[in-house]
Amino acid sequence: MKSSAASKAKPRSVLPGFGLSLGFTIFYLSVLVIIPLAGIFVKTSGMTPGQFWHTVASDRVIASYKISFMTSFFAALVNLVFGLLVAWVLVRYKFPGKKLVDSLIDLPFALPTAVAGIALTAIYAPNGWVGSLLEPLGIKVAFTPLGITLALLFIGLPFVVRTVQPVLQELDKEVEEAAVMLGSFRLRTFRRIILPELIPPLLTGFALAFARGIGEYGSVVFISGNMPMKTEIAPLLIMTKLEQYDYKGATAIATVMLIISFILLLLINYLQWRSNRRVISE
Amino acid sequence: MKKKKSLLLHTMLIFVVFALALTGCGWDSEPTNTNSNANSAANQPAANDTGNAAADNSENAAANETESTDPVELLNVSYDPTRELYEAYNKLFSVYWEKEHNQKVTIKQSHGGSGAQSRAVIEGLKADVVTLALGYDIDAIAKKGYINPEWQQKFDNNSAPYTSTIVFLVRKGNPKGIKDWNDLVKPGIEVITPNPKTSGGARWNYLAAWGYALKQNNDDEAKAQEFVSALYKNVPVLDSGARGSTTTFVEKGIGDVLLAWENEALLSVKELGPDKFDIVYPSISILAEPPVAVVDKNVDKDGNRKVAEAYLDYLYTEEAQKLVAQNFYRPQLASVAEQFADQFPELTMLTIDDDFGGWAAAQKKHFADGGVFDQIYAPGS
Repeated sequence: MKSSAASKAKPRSVLPGFGLSLGFTIFYLSVLVIIPLAGIFVKTSGMTPGQFWHTVASDRVIASYKISFMTSFFAALVNLVFGLLVAWVLVRYKFPGKKLVDSLIDLPFALPTAVAGIALTAIYAPNGWVGSLLEPLGIKVAFTPLGITLALLFIGLPFVVRTVQPVLQELDKEVEEAAVMLGSFRLRTFRRIILPELIPPLLTGFALAFARGIGEYGSVVFISGNMPMKTEIAPLLIMTKLEQYDYKGATAIATVMLIISFILLLLINYLQWRSNRRVISE
Repeated sequence: MKKKKSLLLHTMLIFVVFALALTGCGWDSEPTNTNSNANSAANQPAANDTGNAAADNSENAAANETESTDPVELLNVSYDPTRELYEAYNKLFSVYWEKEHNQKVTIKQSHGGSGAQSRAVIEGLKADVVTLALGYDIDAIAKKGYINPEWQQKFDNNSAPYTSTIVFLVRKGNPKGIKDWNDLVKPGIEVITPNPKTSGGARWNYLAAWGYALKQNNDDEAKAQEFVSALYKNVPVLDSGARGSTTTFVEKGIGDVLLAWENEALLSVKELGPDKFDIVYPSISILAEPPVAVVDKNVDKDGNRKVAEAYLDYLYTEEAQKLVAQNFYRPQLASVAEQFADQFPELTMLTIDDDFGGWAAAQKKHFADGGVFDQIYAPGS
């Protein structure tokens, strides 16, 4: 009955069954996301505030947050720029092998991350074929934060490309042509016409790559060298707690990471919402 | 319009095929004990049950002529480097068991990091037996009530049917002249060893070094701590597991010496050619005792106790001990040990019980948060 009342105000949706599908969505999300995450908080709540603080604020854990968040941030930032570039080339130009390049983008999604980590380490280790070229220049990649960033670049790339690509594809060429006709230069056309449309998907891609990087374990443990205080990522510390059967300690670190990530993602969403609004109002 | 419809049809068809394929795989890879598990699986689709019943009937029909006992399946949850050993042993045991008891037994294996495997059993992986890297991981399962707390007395030699020790793997010709533990703390030597906090096996490496330092310094703990600190300062890469460290040293060519289990070192030399690596035996090492245990709660529930116990007991027989030695673990049986004396040189070995007061004490002192190992990496040290 309610839906029919609502349908007076709005045109009836093409797809029926909103009540059922919403119920299913909530159930599905609960079973897959909310309940397991709640479990983390429940496990952590068994600790006293003192224990909790002692676990999550020890020097080594704080150093690992820094490494995890900084490398994820830089990797997402680099992917933002180069992901846009890749998407641009794929949408705007025709060249032989384009389909192949396009499908290569998705490989990091499919590849087990441990395999990626081992392969990257083999190549960038001091005696690997790229690493041995960089070594004389004084650049060390494997077993440094740079190596972690590299692994995160690899696994984060598809996120930016695949969020930007469809938006770029849908852009009205005529608007650009009009801008040029009206005397706008290329750079200006890009900055004023194209970029504003791309900011929301770019932010989404950035957020996805960033979030993925924070939680990434498989590829990073191989290339980071896992040196405490230097290249030890937070997920590894969670694993060391589990290895001692310290479930509470592990979930405590996980909780802190979840909270920081959640705040950061909220912030990015807010930025996205603002940029969306600006695009619409313009 | 027509095109769209056929596309939809195709997509649906693909999904249906996919779903069927997945279900099919699910049947095959169902770990174990589906028969006795029928109660808990009853709420699953009925197709699952009929599938099992059909399989049982056909097997029974075939078995009826010769035997009346039902085939039985065991799950052995083990750690990484025992894969090859148990592949060979499982064949040996099932032949023996079928001959003696007219019962078909298939053994499934599960391998992974020792701690991760132990957690899996605690979380409900229906293991019948566990064969892990260190007693601490089995103690953790025992603490949850899956295994009788007295498990270590159940089988001979502390329930360790084979042992190993920690040795040095160095590059061919030993260019850095590494002979003993005190060579490892010299400046400029790169030591490869996994992180004892993430790798159960690596705890033996650490304890061997600690034990050596204690003996050298008349049991002066402060000096021992200084020694292991210096040693770990020479570690450029702290891999999370033992196989990872082996890869770092062997494949990537990083480091001058790898602290490794003797069986892993012997395997590396055998697999990669003796022209690449040498094994150096230090003056003192530690007796690594990877223990085995029956998971009491699971075997009682499934009625597998008899065969599960026999499975571990048979490890101590001469045939099995030979297999153990061929897979580079030190056999317990004296007669077999003699045959392989060349492969396993004698050396002074500390034991976890006599020299470290057992796993619980060693774990608490060295590897727990804030323990000696953490202090090595504490800021300012």
